[in-house]
Amino acid sequence: MSPLVSIEDLRVAFSGVPVLRGVDLTLQKGEALGLVGESGSGKSVTWLAALGLLPRHARVSGSVRLDGRELLGAPAAELDQVRGGRVAMIFQDPASALNPVLTIRRQLSEALALHRDLSGNAVKAEARRLLDLVGIPDAARRLEAYPHEFSGGQVQRIMIAMALAGNPDLLIADEPTTALDATIQAQILELLSTIRHEMNMAMVLISHDLGVVAENCDRVAVMYAGRIVEQAPSNQLFADPVHPYAQGLIGALPPLDGPRRRLTAIPGTVPDPAQMPVGCAFAPRCAMAAEACGVSAPSLAPIADDRAVACIRAEASRRALLGIAAE
Amino acid sequence: MNPPLVEVSAISRSYSMRSGMFGRAAAVHAVDGVSLTIRKGQTLGLVGESGSGKSTTGRIVLGLDPPDSGEVRFDGKPMATLGTAAWRAQRARMQMIFQDPLGALDRRLPVATQIREPLDIHGLGTAAEREDRVRELLRAVELTPAHGVRYPGALSGGQRQRIVLARALATKPDFLVCDEPVSALDVSIQAQVVNLLCDLQAQLGLTLLFISHDLRVVRQISTIVAVMYLGRIVEIGSADDLFARPEHPYTQALVSASPAPGRRSAGRIVLAGDPPNPAARPKGCAFHPRCPRAITRCASEVPALSAVDGDRQVACHLVTGTQARDAA
Repeated sequence: MSPLVSIEDLRVAFSGVPVLRGVDLTLQKGEALGLVGESGSGKSVTWLAALGLLPRHARVSGSVRLDGRELLGAPAAELDQVRGGRVAMIFQDPASALNPVLTIRRQLSEALALHRDLSGNAVKAEARRLLDLVGIPDAARRLEAYPHEFSGGQVQRIMIAMALAGNPDLLIADEPTTALDATIQAQILELLSTIRHEMNMAMVLISHDLGVVAENCDRVAVMYAGRIVEQAPSNQLFADPVHPYAQGLIGALPPLDGPRRRLTAIPGTVPDPAQMPVGCAFAPRCAMAAEACGVSAPSLAPIADDRAVACIRAEASRRALLGIAAE
Repeated sequence: MNPPLVEVSAISRSYSMRSGMFGRAAAVHAVDGVSLTIRKGQTLGLVGESGSGKSTTGRIVLGLDPPDSGEVRFDGKPMATLGTAAWRAQRARMQMIFQDPLGALDRRLPVATQIREPLDIHGLGTAAEREDRVRELLRAVELTPAHGVRYPGALSGGQRQRIVLARALATKPDFLVCDEPVSALDVSIQAQVVNLLCDLQAQLGLTLLFISHDLRVVRQISTIVAVMYLGRIVEIGSADDLFARPEHPYTQALVSASPAPGRRSAGRIVLAGDPPNPAARPKGCAFHPRCPRAITRCASEVPALSAVDGDRQVACHLVTGTQARDAA
């Protein structure tokens, strides 16, 4: 099966400072991929670059293909069909993505007119159907309301409705629940999962929350300092992380039950993109770093079906992990 | 058992809020009859969603906000009146750290100067002693004197939160209120700060009130955890087993909503509806409109917080003690 999206060696630099340093990623139709990593790791930049949404001074190179068609450097008219149409995006702060002085109907209709070629009553009917679909009660009346009349969770539902207006094949959800309370987060994630299955839509879920990604995605890619360091099916990644950074992230998460243990914090901080270490970017913080780690950056190499790791000590750390498990 | 350091009895606080320019002013009950006891050297974790009144509770406990009714006692004595000398002396013993370290620091002053400020304000030690204390504090939060000469803008988020922590510890307080101290930090940095807080608490014998929406972090650091919903405590108990065996339907939903790696969302309790507006608090149990188990009584009668088993207290008509359950 040919992939829906394939990204090859995607690189982004802002005024000469590289922030994305060669990302390779494929996404199948209908698949849910999670992207985790700390702030500045490049999770959002990857997709902003892919869709041509970065400011003009960003230098982007590599290749991003949607159904085989190259998106990087594509003419604006073509990108306009893709953005909001085949690929939709929702963000962390839904309130700032809506216009406060226009009704929800006007804003939904705008998206529908742009991507669906509907007009008149058909637009209104479709807008109502979308609000129903995302679980806004009393949709017909609520269409005439303004964004401030909705709660935070409802505004995110409206953003999802707008994203669905173009019948997208891929939804990129960038920290969609980070600003929401726990019980509302559970509602939104359930909604996303239901809609994804109903519409057979692929999803990229960008989050700093490992739990959110683990539960909602088939496959996870862990990013660090502008590169993917590990890629695996979610259940395998969380049961048996191989890259020391992925291990560190999971160890840093306090457990909700069972005995309390001291958290295994990763020492130090993320490197400054302007002063990236030679070799593996994680080596200065890595407990297992060897001399070779400071020489050249490891590339993402397969270690099993569907699994890839960028670590020269992948084999060693794997054995160390098995040793711990055997105790 | 250690004697109590902070005793909060039945505090309430309401604000008046106007809806729109000409709207009628409505009373918002931010905190409604909250009682808590924090023993010396313990950490009490306060969890809840936005609008649950957890931050207001923290502010009242510190004396930053006066309660409308109820009382806070610190080390056996009632809180001194705001602005008096007795209040200043008491305030040196209690400090606070917030979520946003950049907002709590002055961008135009080197951070060491800011750590020294509480010592200057409270007139503690000579100039040389203050300098020594600043170096000692920087070391305590695992930073070096080289970090001290920097400005907040030149430090990372985790380092800034360490500076705020160092400043809060400058006057050797007994009691620290932490309001979402690690929420803005990345996971790996969050773990560093949580470990540091645990270490400092053990070394200095600090008593903490730890406010957060993050169940995992709260459990990690707390001795006792209280869950708040719309201004009231709905469940309180030992951190070790509160989240393992939640009794209140709201706590159960919160625990169920907390995503866990390696667990798919099968059997998740997804609550219907939004958290209600504190200005339009439902009658009876405030949680009843969203509660999957609500009965008629819940809509009319406010459940009182009462002991169920051991040290657990729950405010729910449907949850009764083991003795009562066995008899039924």
